[in-house]
Amino acid sequence: MTLLSLRGVRKSYGANVVLHDFSLDVAQGECVVLIGASGSGKSTLLRCVNLLEVVDDGVVELAGRDITDPRVNADQVRSGIGFVFQSYNLFPHLTVLDNITLAPIRVHGVAPPEARRRALAMLTRVGLAEKATAKPDELSGGQQQRAAIARAMVNNPQLLLLDEVTSALDPELVGEVLDLLRDLKREGMTMLVCTHEMSFAREVADRVCFLHQGRPLEIGPPAQVLDNPQEPRTREFLSRLRS
Amino acid sequence: MSWEPSALQQERTAYRRRQARRSTLIAAGSSIVLLVLVAFGIGSTPGWPRVRETFFNADRAWEALPTVAQGLWLNIRVMLICAVLIVIIGMTLAILRTLRGPIFFPLRVFAAAYTDVFRGLPLLLVIFLLGFGVPALQLRGLPSDAVIWGGAALVLTYSSYVAEVFRAGIESVHPSQRAAARSLGLTYRQTLRFVVLPQAVRRVLPPLLNDFVSLQKDSGLIAVLGVIDAIRAAQLETAIDFNFTPYVVAGLLFVALTIPLTRLTDYVARRQGWYGVGGGPV
Repeated sequence: MTLLSLRGVRKSYGANVVLHDFSLDVAQGECVVLIGASGSGKSTLLRCVNLLEVVDDGVVELAGRDITDPRVNADQVRSGIGFVFQSYNLFPHLTVLDNITLAPIRVHGVAPPEARRRALAMLTRVGLAEKATAKPDELSGGQQQRAAIARAMVNNPQLLLLDEVTSALDPELVGEVLDLLRDLKREGMTMLVCTHEMSFAREVADRVCFLHQGRPLEIGPPAQVLDNPQEPRTREFLSRLRS
Repeated sequence: MSWEPSALQQERTAYRRRQARRSTLIAAGSSIVLLVLVAFGIGSTPGWPRVRETFFNADRAWEALPTVAQGLWLNIRVMLICAVLIVIIGMTLAILRTLRGPIFFPLRVFAAAYTDVFRGLPLLLVIFLLGFGVPALQLRGLPSDAVIWGGAALVLTYSSYVAEVFRAGIESVHPSQRAAARSLGLTYRQTLRFVVLPQAVRRVLPPLLNDFVSLQKDSGLIAVLGVIDAIRAAQLETAIDFNFTPYVVAGLLFVALTIPLTRLTDYVARRQGWYGVGGGPV
């Protein structure tokens, strides 16, 4: 079953067209990894799906509903989608626990004790139970990113968007975040991920999509796109990564 | 596991201690030299005995203290009540200016015009306009108390300053914080209330305090409406014998008020870690 469907999405900033007539389907439980050079439109695509950007044209459908219709309640749509940012974006004035309970209490109407219980359970899952009362700046980068993933996951989103979530991390901290994402994938979480971690793409992705100048140039199973790319531009990109 | 500092570290500690002792001695010495020079310099001027008699007369200061302190009590009350109103109005104006959407256009324009006008108008002029102008309208039901209209003038002027301070704070919060909050499904208002404003307020606390110290002093300007505050009380005392000591007393009392306020805010802010995880060797 298709959970997310993009059809003919276009997004530009002034004269700079970032996404051209972009179409992509993501099935329930599928993990699609977006790869491509900086500026190829990966992050913009995620932001359009989460309605943090308004598309110029085209349709984004989530569970059969056109969420790019200006009449839909964007806050309500976002509350069902998890978003994890490259720079974590935890709220620095709140403790880790309060970061995680904010949306359950304020958006989903969960009673505070229950929200705290769920948040602690989620923190235990990501291995940060003992950091519940710490402020974000007392955590390492990897810990902050795991807390940010917990913050997104505590709302039981139907779709998780991950925007270069390991790019700001030291190499030895990348592993702990990727392990967590692997677990989520195994549990059937639908994920749209943009990353430069080819090992993650190879191991976790059901399909890999190579973006070039705002278009999906090549899409298919990781073995095909990463190991046997058909498009010269994909080959060029991958060889640049390896060198 | 117990740690015994190495000989090298002990030597470093001893060196730092010696340096610290030396710094204290130098600071004390230079302060004393400066004080002596200033005291001698001023004391040796031909007019000093007269100036001392006119501005620093201890007996006169003691006599004037109760009256001036009573006037200061009015300043304090005016300042406290105005400060509360200023924070509320200033915050409201700042929020109005950040609202988006066509519905809020008139509110945005109102807030912008308000800050433009009252930041530009000299405070004294606003005090005159409200203090003498409004009662002259002889409208029924309006209070005629000069303190109230003087206070209103302070609130109008200062809320426009404070609104700009709050707005700067709101705009200093990085857009990624809003994006994170909105991505969780929080509405614009919830994002403002739970994510943006708490961070903004912490950041603007020091400049805000600056405005309140300034308000404390400007609360004396309502004296032009005939209200007896600390400065006016000092003026009346001075008129008895043309000795200006009561002014100095009033000045010292104002300073004595502001210093604890500054220290308290710094202390609270540091304890809460509002200024970030400071410290370190640099």
